Amino acid sequence: MSKQMMLEVTEVEPLTPLVTRFRFEHPEKAPLPIFSGGAHVVVEMPDGEMLRRNAYSLISDPNDASGYEIAVRREETGRGGSRYMHSEVTPGTRMRISVPTNLFALDPRARKHVLIAGGIGITPFLSHLRQLDLLQQPFELHYAARSRDEAAGLKLLPKSARIHVQISDEGNRMDLGEILTGQPIGTHVYVCGPEGLISAVLDAAARHGWPKGALHSEAFASPPPGKSFTVTLAKSGRTIEVSASQSLLEALEAAKVEIDWSCRGGACGRCETKVAACDGQIEHNDHWLSRDERAEQKKIMPCMSRFTGAALVLDL
Amino acid sequence: MTLQFNDETFRGDYSYFNTEHAIKRLPFPFDRDEYMYSVNIEAHPGGPKGSPFEFRFDVDEHYVSEMKDRAITLDDDPLRCQSLPHMELAGWDLLEIIMVSKAEDYPDLFTLHRDGNRWHWINRPLGIEQRFTFLDPTTLPCGPMEYITRQTQGDFALLHERDGNLWMDAGMVTSQADWSLDFDIGMNFFEWHAPVPKAKQMGVFDKALKFLLAMQQGQSYRRLNWTMTVNPRLDTSPENYHKWGPEKRTITPENVGRKQHLRIELQSFWRLPRSNAIAFPIRCYLACLEDICTQPKWGRRLHRVLRDIDPTLAEYKGFAVNQDMIVNYLSQFDDGAPTSPGIFPDA
Repeated sequence: MSKQMMLEVTEVEPLTPLVTRFRFEHPEKAPLPIFSGGAHVVVEMPDGEMLRRNAYSLISDPNDASGYEIAVRREETGRGGSRYMHSEVTPGTRMRISVPTNLFALDPRARKHVLIAGGIGITPFLSHLRQLDLLQQPFELHYAARSRDEAAGLKLLPKSARIHVQISDEGNRMDLGEILTGQPIGTHVYVCGPEGLISAVLDAAARHGWPKGALHSEAFASPPPGKSFTVTLAKSGRTIEVSASQSLLEALEAAKVEIDWSCRGGACGRCETKVAACDGQIEHNDHWLSRDERAEQKKIMPCMSRFTGAALVLDL
Repeated sequence: MTLQFNDETFRGDYSYFNTEHAIKRLPFPFDRDEYMYSVNIEAHPGGPKGSPFEFRFDVDEHYVSEMKDRAITLDDDPLRCQSLPHMELAGWDLLEIIMVSKAEDYPDLFTLHRDGNRWHWINRPLGIEQRFTFLDPTTLPCGPMEYITRQTQGDFALLHERDGNLWMDAGMVTSQADWSLDFDIGMNFFEWHAPVPKAKQMGVFDKALKFLLAMQQGQSYRRLNWTMTVNPRLDTSPENYHKWGPEKRTITPENVGRKQHLRIELQSFWRLPRSNAIAFPIRCYLACLEDICTQPKWGRRLHRVLRDIDPTLAEYKGFAVNQDMIVNYLSQFDDGAPTSPGIFPDA
């Protein structure tokens, strides 16, 4: 678990009908730890009986210690974290925020950075842009969104000839082939957004012969809701119910089971848990386990993954 | 107590010495009467007042002389300090964390005034006063990492994180236990650790890397490591092996207590906020066997550790050739009494 700070919400600004910006400051205006472009924080939400923790990319200037800002898209079909942020959080609300962690840093070796964002996946790039400005490194940003309602970044992006926006409702589409050809050697590509966009970029890059080490992606993932299921803990023999709107990690935490975590989005590997027995199918929703590890069903990432079947026993 | 700095050398006449105060605060690396590798990591800073664990970057009586020795080594071989082009921001991170820490922890020795990016640094022991613009390298006499590590005891490696690994892409290395920055630069975590015997098979490196990658800013850690060095020499580098290697053969039963030194490394690990790189300071403490044996618990324990150590490790740590003489010397301080747990000497 990360080190945490109790911060106060000082601004709540709807950026679009779907996306709201939140600003957090220290209640006594103490400086917050500075961070690196692409970093995220984990926000704790005491939602009734349940303690939710969601990770959000920081969109503010990494060098600005006066406050942290995030942008949250309201997900009607999610587990409830974003609905909580949109309906319960107002200026003055105090919330526990983790120190920033970065799983999507810029590679400073790049001669040029090509940033590709889809929808709410624009958020990590907003802090990247500040860092690129500081380092004075060449970049271009391609930002695709379904509609202007979704395109929260429009209000936050500077005007620049290096920033290209495509709104698909308006008939504009991102041409990945065009973006990925003709870039100078030493260029790195970063993509954040829905799974479809990430795989499209990685596939197109592979077709155009890009080296793997020059490709970086961050799936914009929060734990998907699903059907409720039951897990058994091998060491204590306890049985724990995971409700439809809970992640397995959240259910374990609610049952006071000690488990390590960091990103809560299936990327960092901290909550990896051994499976003692599995009679059924694990729905692996993480980006940590390899294809072989998934097939073996001997490990699970409780922050993202779920289960359907007769029995799942964890080595806890 | 105001710190008095020793006037001493780490080469030539080797006039290096520890005062009684310095001996008592040594970070003795053995918490039991035997030794094997472990990922012996604990939170840093934190420890008894006056111990080398109390502050983020320990400053002791050897500070001024160590910095002079570093300058000599760098004059002879500038490649002891290298920073690949993408590591400059990490260098600023390191400069910031050291200046802020030292000014807070040793206000009588160091002062830092900050007005936005306009900084004013005063280092009294070394007689340095510098006004510069933070993040603007043209306002310092050299790069930020070199600038601050010429004023800070211990070696430094700056590790860049990418592809799920750590890469040694910058460093200042002049007081090393027989490894070379010029050789290791650009290597990843497994590559630069390849010469270490046994540890890979024990899975130590997989665990250590996993730990380091998960490290977040604001949570720093330390571990102790050790080796043996003949004469109080900071620069035991592969580049200069011809100078110090033959000195191993100068040990006799008469001089082993004065000449043979336990070389202790206080290693710490820091996630750097702006660059997301990891700083790895390796601080070296030297103490001759005579110094160690002024503390009865340490004399007993060191005897047992070095007598019973795995022969592969005695070879790797470079003292197998003198092991018998060392163990014979230490045996006079071991009456067979039990030792208390932990590293600190008995009061």
